[in-house]
Amino acid sequence: MQPTSHAFKENAREALGNANLQKALTLMRTGFPERRTAAIARLPEFEALREEAKAIKNHVLEHLDFYLETFEQQVTARGGQVHWCRTPQEARETVLAICRRLDAKTVTKGKTMIAEEIALNDYLEENGVTPVETDLGEYIIQIRKEYPSHVIAPAIHLVKEQVAASFRATHTDLDPDRVLDEAPTLVAEARAVLRQKFLAADVGITGANFCIAETGSTIIVTNEGNGDLTQTLTKAHIVLASLEKLVPTLEDVSTILRVLARSATGQEFSTYTTVSTGPRRPEDTDGPGEFHVVFLDNGRSAMLGTEFQDMLRCIRCGACMNHCPVYATVGGHAYGWVYPGPMGAVLTPTLVGIGEAGHLPNASTFCGRCESVCPMKIPLPKMMRHWREREFEKQLSPAAYRYGLKLWAFFASRPPLYRAATALMTRLLGWVGGPRGRFRSLPLAQGWTQGRDMPAPEGRSFMSLWAERRKNGEAA
Amino acid sequence: MPPVPIRVGLFVTCLVDLFRPSVGFAAVKLLEDAGCSVEVPATQTCCGQPAYNSGDKADAKTIARQVIDAFEGFDYVVVPSGSCGGMIKHHYLELFADEPASYQRAQHLAKRTYELVSFLADVLKLERVDARYDGVATYHDSCSGLRELGVKQQPRKLLASVAGLSLTELPSAEICCGFGGTFCIKYPAISDRMVADKAADIVATGADTLLAGDMGCLLNMAGKLTRLGKDVRVRHVAEVLAGMTGEMPPIGARRPEHP
Repeated sequence: MQPTSHAFKENAREALGNANLQKALTLMRTGFPERRTAAIARLPEFEALREEAKAIKNHVLEHLDFYLETFEQQVTARGGQVHWCRTPQEARETVLAICRRLDAKTVTKGKTMIAEEIALNDYLEENGVTPVETDLGEYIIQIRKEYPSHVIAPAIHLVKEQVAASFRATHTDLDPDRVLDEAPTLVAEARAVLRQKFLAADVGITGANFCIAETGSTIIVTNEGNGDLTQTLTKAHIVLASLEKLVPTLEDVSTILRVLARSATGQEFSTYTTVSTGPRRPEDTDGPGEFHVVFLDNGRSAMLGTEFQDMLRCIRCGACMNHCPVYATVGGHAYGWVYPGPMGAVLTPTLVGIGEAGHLPNASTFCGRCESVCPMKIPLPKMMRHWREREFEKQLSPAAYRYGLKLWAFFASRPPLYRAATALMTRLLGWVGGPRGRFRSLPLAQGWTQGRDMPAPEGRSFMSLWAERRKNGEAA
Repeated sequence: MPPVPIRVGLFVTCLVDLFRPSVGFAAVKLLEDAGCSVEVPATQTCCGQPAYNSGDKADAKTIARQVIDAFEGFDYVVVPSGSCGGMIKHHYLELFADEPASYQRAQHLAKRTYELVSFLADVLKLERVDARYDGVATYHDSCSGLRELGVKQQPRKLLASVAGLSLTELPSAEICCGFGGTFCIKYPAISDRMVADKAADIVATGADTLLAGDMGCLLNMAGKLTRLGKDVRVRHVAEVLAGMTGEMPPIGARRPEHP
């Protein structure tokens, strides 16, 4: 997909005026954080588990070559195949080649953000293969021709009335007078429609929450079980993954799983945890005919050894966006690409370039709530700041802002001049605004005063008052 | 012979200096009442955070060095702001991570630097203050103070000792008000919506007073509340703890006696 991250401000303005979106965001604002807090309160060792989980991923990143090779060996030993892809184009072509070889007409898809990253659905359709999303949220946005607004809740930007309208417009063979006003009826309808698609599909594509080096297995967690049907009924199961997913052993997975669902949805555990190891064996009653892992790099290996390496610990739980006050105000689509919220603000500039995504690391108040809930303890604000440093070096921020900053720094690094200037300014502003106590409008702060007042300074700077009192011997 | 008082250097912060000197004097009173001698180095301006958070490391370092120089000789450095306190305590270390000599000096400063209320409660072990404030207050936990410095119980404990004051909790107390330093300049529309949500939460508590420990957040919330015509008195927590609310009307409020 074409990123619109450069238009973040316009996207945000639109989002602020979108009544359905604002209603949907209000519902999520308290839901996820409250459930996470409750889940963690029930697990005293949660903090210790976070440290363990972080250590596991750091260990993998320090020995990436070893674990990548081991993973490939184990996948191969069990009859599967790993495809290393540097770019989205290579990954798309690899998937299409498998589909063509198997003469696939339709593919079912479980939830995969990598597929969004490489815009796989559009590519498959252009090439005569019909992709069908099977995760309910993904299915909804597919029929609405949208993209996910959240990494684990792709349709969270919608209210159920919008979903019902889309179902009526798409499922035209069903009774037009049916009642679709509650979530369970919507789920039941999607389930019935999708069941036929599962049975007809030739290839199943899923993402991976984990790639286990020890066994060559991949794991997905879902709450709908759609991932299981996607991969067991088809001629081939294609897993789309990236190096963030790699873990050494099943034991390590069990540690990270304990922080994943709690951080994401506040569940102790996702409803389904599906382990996939190789294609169907002769003695198996079901399973895919072939097993492929398409491993996409897309710039991630270039993050190794840089100030952005810690980002590769991310397990895509979505806790950072669930707790982000900016995300909660503008929603995921404002960020203009696949990954929204704080993790997107760090990752997106890497994947689409800081020129395109320059707004994202700036659109944070650095409140630190994302880092405080990240199960992998990724220092998200710090990495956003690193992006701001790169932007400043490359002079990518608006010229007026940079000059303003320079002017301020000029004064702030010359204390006597600064004191004289601020003493004058506070006197002036205090004199003008003092009687009312506030300004309804200020020439250089229109953005601020459009929606709120600017409290007026008291009228004297502290430093000038302090100097005066010292001189008069009051505070000596 | 009286004990040698603790020598405290007060880092006033640029927003207190510019907008609300009362907070600086309240801090001085609280510290002196607790037995400290307070000095205010004249070479301080700002902690450098606007430059640091804008990616301008060179200017941030220049200003940080200026702060390090200014506060060299004190037993403690006290800041009536979690944001500036966090900058000095944590971010100077990151800023000078690759300059060993400056890093060492930054570390020396960081160890002695405290946010005002946590200094009173955690270091001076102050249990109560001698102050009166008639009202029902709610308290907003400013993000940096809360998450970088662990300021949470300290203001509540000391406020509990203020005669006439009762505290009612703000449900979204730990959610950012939308100020965010340069954020409110760069993304005013988003910032405004965030502070609108915050104002609604504040009004819903029914409290007649809003307190917090950071001028940035206070200016933002006060500005929204006055624009909405809400009758909530907004003050820095230090003003209430020092019992100095009689001298200056609340932030953003009309000042009849103005010269």
